[in-house]
Amino acid sequence: MIQLSNITKVFHTAGGVLTAVDNVSVHIEKGEIFAFIGFSGAGKSTLIRCINLLEKPDAGAVIVDNENLLELKKSELLKRRQKVGMIFQHYNLLQNATVFKNISFPLEIAGVPKKQRHERVMQCLETVHLTDKIKDYPVKLSGGQKQRVAIARAIVNEPKILLCDEPTSALDPQTTETILSYLKRINEAFGITIVIVTHEMSVARTICHRVGVMERGCLIETITINGDTEVPQSEFGKILFSGGGGI
Amino acid sequence: MEKIYELMPQLITAFGQTFYMGFFTLTISAGLGIPLGTLLYLIRPGSMFEHRKIYWILDSLVNIIRSFPFLILMIAIIPFTRLIVGTSLGTNAVIVPLSISAIPDFARLIEQIMLDVNRGVIEMAESCGATTFQIVTKVLYREARSGIANTVTIISVLFVSYSTIAGVIGGGGIGDFAIRYGYYRYQPEVMFFTVILIIMLVQIIQTTGRIISTALDKRV
Repeated sequence: MIQLSNITKVFHTAGGVLTAVDNVSVHIEKGEIFAFIGFSGAGKSTLIRCINLLEKPDAGAVIVDNENLLELKKSELLKRRQKVGMIFQHYNLLQNATVFKNISFPLEIAGVPKKQRHERVMQCLETVHLTDKIKDYPVKLSGGQKQRVAIARAIVNEPKILLCDEPTSALDPQTTETILSYLKRINEAFGITIVIVTHEMSVARTICHRVGVMERGCLIETITINGDTEVPQSEFGKILFSGGGGI
Repeated sequence: MEKIYELMPQLITAFGQTFYMGFFTLTISAGLGIPLGTLLYLIRPGSMFEHRKIYWILDSLVNIIRSFPFLILMIAIIPFTRLIVGTSLGTNAVIVPLSISAIPDFARLIEQIMLDVNRGVIEMAESCGATTFQIVTKVLYREARSGIANTVTIISVLFVSYSTIAGVIGGGGIGDFAIRYGYYRYQPEVMFFTVILIIMLVQIIQTTGRIISTALDKRV
């Protein structure tokens, strides 16, 4: 489904050269929930942005559905992006648009006719249980509700992949649980492959099938989550897993 | 009061000229200034289409035109004005320098307002596969719309003040009326009355602008 091969991304900053992602290769299966976990600055957010080429890697290949995205023309890339949903730590809702308009945004971008847009938006509002908020502006919503709107928006165009960049890092534990349950339901009901970036081990434990541990731009270990039996090999993995809760 | 009553027809004509100049000046300067401001935003260092050389040229041009005292700008571009409207005198001729002085003001203010738009929302739009045109029209202008309304208000008030100077080349208008009938003819009461009218006009522009801008802003 998603094959990242030898991805390297370097930033040239005022302070010098920073290798954010260093030769990372990973294969994510169709229908899988996969988390990249690690401390701040480990390169996980940069890496997830390489999957839809919001960040263009300096080296390597990004293969989604047997197609190397780096070889596509700009217009083709934009088309592919329409089928990859994304949610963010700070929701990134349009402040001057209602909940309805926010969710229909990707459909507008994709040029879907108005009538179909309405139907699809209503379905997704039901999925995240926010039909009563349809005319509200984001300022009136709580953090959890904003993230649910963002989830509805991310799945409205029936994507095959959903990218989640720290989706629960701005939320309290209860709300985190709700958001994760929605993600799990979406994964099971629609078979959407989900890639999550998080620094919270609890997130990874709750819904993920596999976890990739990242440190200083490198993917140091991939662990399959299957109850309590997983045994991290790396020192860093042990620190992460011993915490049990968050880090 | 009698003098003012006698001058009523001229005063009404002056008001008409002010609105005439205002309409065209604002339409032209917004029509060119908003796209220019958008372009500055898009190509400024660190932005989506960073282009340092062109940015430097446009940025300097904007600064230079903004630095010109309006009276000097108006006289300096007389040949250009003549080329565009066929004459360097009268109400139509004034619209040219007024627009030219307002375009860079518009551009700079729009650029600054766009900088306040959350980068995350732009990234979201990119992740949806939006084209640059879609990002500008569906994200930037939507999120910045109350700021854009504020900009139009600010430029409108500036226009009222600048249009007074335009009387020098026979532009007419309410400010020119105050100078000609009030100041030059030593009729302080006429000048006073006209200035009161101008204050009211500015108040109306400001209040209307604020109402519109607040109605457009859903962020708070």
